[in-house]
Amino acid sequence: MSTARWASLGALTATGVAAALVITGCSAPASNPSEGGSNASGGDLVIGVTSDPDTLFPWKATQFQAVNVLQNLYGTLTEFDEELNVVPGLAESWDVSDDGLTVTFHLREGVTFADGSAFDSADVKYSLDAIADEATAAVAASSLASVAAVEATDESTVTLTLSAPDAALPANLAVINMAMLSSDDTEEALNTTPNGTGPFVLEDRSPSQSLTLAKNDDYWGDTALLDSVEFRVIPDESSIVSAMQSGNVQLAVFDDPLVAQTAEGANVEVATTPQLSYHALQLNATRGDLADVNVRLAMQCAIDRQEVLDTAALGEGEVTGPITSPAFKSDPEARPCPERDLDKAAEYLKKAGKEDGVTVKTIVSQGEYATSVNEAQNLKAQLADANITLDLEVLESGAFVDRWIAADFDAAVALNGGRPDPDGMYGRYFTSTGNLNQVAGYSSPELDALFAEGRETADPEKRKEIYAQVSENLEDNAAWIWLFTSYTYTATASTVDGFTPMANGSLQYLRTTSLQ
Amino acid sequence: MFRQLLRNSVLRRILAALGTLFGVAVFVFLMLRAIPGDQISSGLGTEAAALTPAQREALEAYYGLDQPLVVQFFSWLGNIFTGNLGFSSRAQTSVLDLTAAALPVTFELAIFSIVIALAIGIPLGMLSASKPDSFRDGVGQVVGLAGLSIPAFLLGTALLAILAQSLGFNPNGQGYARLFDDPLLNLQQMLLPSIVLGFGIAAPIMRTTRTAVLEIRANDFIRTAKAKGVPPRRLQVRHVLGNALVPIVTMTGLQFGYLLGGAVVVEQIFSLPGIGRQVLLGIQQKEYALVQSTVLVIALAFVIVNLLTDLLYRVIDPRVRAA
Repeated sequence: MSTARWASLGALTATGVAAALVITGCSAPASNPSEGGSNASGGDLVIGVTSDPDTLFPWKATQFQAVNVLQNLYGTLTEFDEELNVVPGLAESWDVSDDGLTVTFHLREGVTFADGSAFDSADVKYSLDAIADEATAAVAASSLASVAAVEATDESTVTLTLSAPDAALPANLAVINMAMLSSDDTEEALNTTPNGTGPFVLEDRSPSQSLTLAKNDDYWGDTALLDSVEFRVIPDESSIVSAMQSGNVQLAVFDDPLVAQTAEGANVEVATTPQLSYHALQLNATRGDLADVNVRLAMQCAIDRQEVLDTAALGEGEVTGPITSPAFKSDPEARPCPERDLDKAAEYLKKAGKEDGVTVKTIVSQGEYATSVNEAQNLKAQLADANITLDLEVLESGAFVDRWIAADFDAAVALNGGRPDPDGMYGRYFTSTGNLNQVAGYSSPELDALFAEGRETADPEKRKEIYAQVSENLEDNAAWIWLFTSYTYTATASTVDGFTPMANGSLQYLRTTSLQ
Repeated sequence: MFRQLLRNSVLRRILAALGTLFGVAVFVFLMLRAIPGDQISSGLGTEAAALTPAQREALEAYYGLDQPLVVQFFSWLGNIFTGNLGFSSRAQTSVLDLTAAALPVTFELAIFSIVIALAIGIPLGMLSASKPDSFRDGVGQVVGLAGLSIPAFLLGTALLAILAQSLGFNPNGQGYARLFDDPLLNLQQMLLPSIVLGFGIAAPIMRTTRTAVLEIRANDFIRTAKAKGVPPRRLQVRHVLGNALVPIVTMTGLQFGYLLGGAVVVEQIFSLPGIGRQVLLGIQQKEYALVQSTVLVIALAFVIVNLLTDLLYRVIDPRVRAA
């Protein structure tokens, strides 16, 4: 089922890291995407997916497959490029006033929806107002928290009035949950007939079997090269592999390294892409022994992260600090105990007056993602050496989510989605008014101030410094214990040209892909 | 009068079947709600934590989760009598449409599997029984045991991997072709899954055949027939197999009913859009109406197959008719 819904949170917003990992033909004469593309005769690409989208309504889509499909159907005001920079989308440019409280978007002209109607500022106002409206239950509503008013100044200009400066806003507008819809549409209609401004339009859908997109000839950017893209549902990952080997499927994204290995062969190449989502041992600093920072630090010092990665995930990944996006990346060595240090752990426990050890009730999900239980067991074994007992409670994924949402745990083994902007990524967790603060179990006036400063600062270099401090603060207080990030594996047939895989398998670059 | 009606065994069976179906309905309804998480949290995952109370209420009203359980149950059950099995918010179509599309797939798969199982099981069983405890009996037993003990997911994955890799033969990697749209491709797509399922069911059929044949052969009337000079082939087919059919039919009926709901794994591996996969998807997405109604349809099919099996006995075996 939904490959790691946690990772799908990453898909919610996150986009790529790995520009360098463009699939290049190894033995075949190197093919330049733009060259190959200009005279490519299109083609019909088949992508193997394990399940079909659970919704076609972009404001509510969180599932991996749904996000991937909708990204190709809908447009957003801003977009991410392959290096994760925020670039123009439906807004050609935007200006921020000196006090940071007014943002003016200049919309691209001549853009049409799939039904032929024109896109203009009224659609933007309608979309942003509806997303912010509680009754819509749009998942990205909180990203618009700083927006006090939306005004359609003229047909191609939209002015946002903010209650406080918000440097993360352009990045937050680039996710598919912020898709611009036509003001004439209703959720009910869009559930069956998407009407977007993206490079593809929906051609055909057969629930739990396949979903086919056709290229949008009226797309405002470069018209897609492929004639059609079919997302074919093949529930079993190894069946997708055999479908690729027999040539029925040309592209698939896996998150299991073993499956990816079996896919690699004469006609199939596999690209490895680091992800923004991260594995962590979440600690609830509002409960029991964990309220004492020394206990949390003792735990942090007793864990060898590389060992967790090696035993639970076959070493497929990288040890990480809190912030995973390349532009703001935390240094994983900058923490109280970069190496495992049991003496220091004992010292911290002594400081806390807990020489005899502590017991931490830890929830673990089963089935949500492949490595969870192995991670938990390795953590338990390592912490046992430091007199810390992890009392593991392995839960079915639905039960896990219920408990997690209610913050009913001392610690949780979690795979959380990452985002390109650190404010979007952690502001909701670690500020005292963040909507997930209860789940994070930690906040402090210092962090509140740092996050506020980060939002108010427009200068990228200054923001980098601020979020480095955020990262340091989180590690020094052992708010959580950050472990590692893993990879996605994009398998493509050798006939596929011009596709750039992005973190967590975003398929945005289908628009530049062609078949030879 | 009523008592007389009750004495009518067919009617009695139908009443029992309705009771069974109601029991299944209650059971599935309660079990689904006993599983943690609902459609909202399974759709949004941990992101559901970000919902405000007002947002959650709006979603609960949308999915009808704000009603008391009893109301939910009877409104669902009431709708079923009007032919409304509910709505799948994921597929954006009625459960009836989904089921009408999925049922023929599983039905076709079940029939092919049974045919393959009978084609393997009956001859193998007779062969084993023809000389008990001999080498050929041993071979039959081993094949039967293999069918029972090799899990479908293993055999299915292995077949797919070997055929796809070495021969490039993988009709199931293509989109599903309906029988009447593209019969040739459809039959190709059904071939491997039917073999996998059929092989598994061949074992119980083979064993039943073997036991039944041995039992029948020990009867006096066989000895009499032999003494009267009935040729061996005719004796085997007409007298022995003919009489051994009753337990075989029972076993086949049971397996068929089981296949209708139990093809989940095979449908998953070979990506056949059948009823088993529909239930699985429904459970994962916590689509209550979808799961409840589909399970009820499967139960109904099971009940009907059982009734038909019963009737078939009466045709085959006059003794049952008299009883």
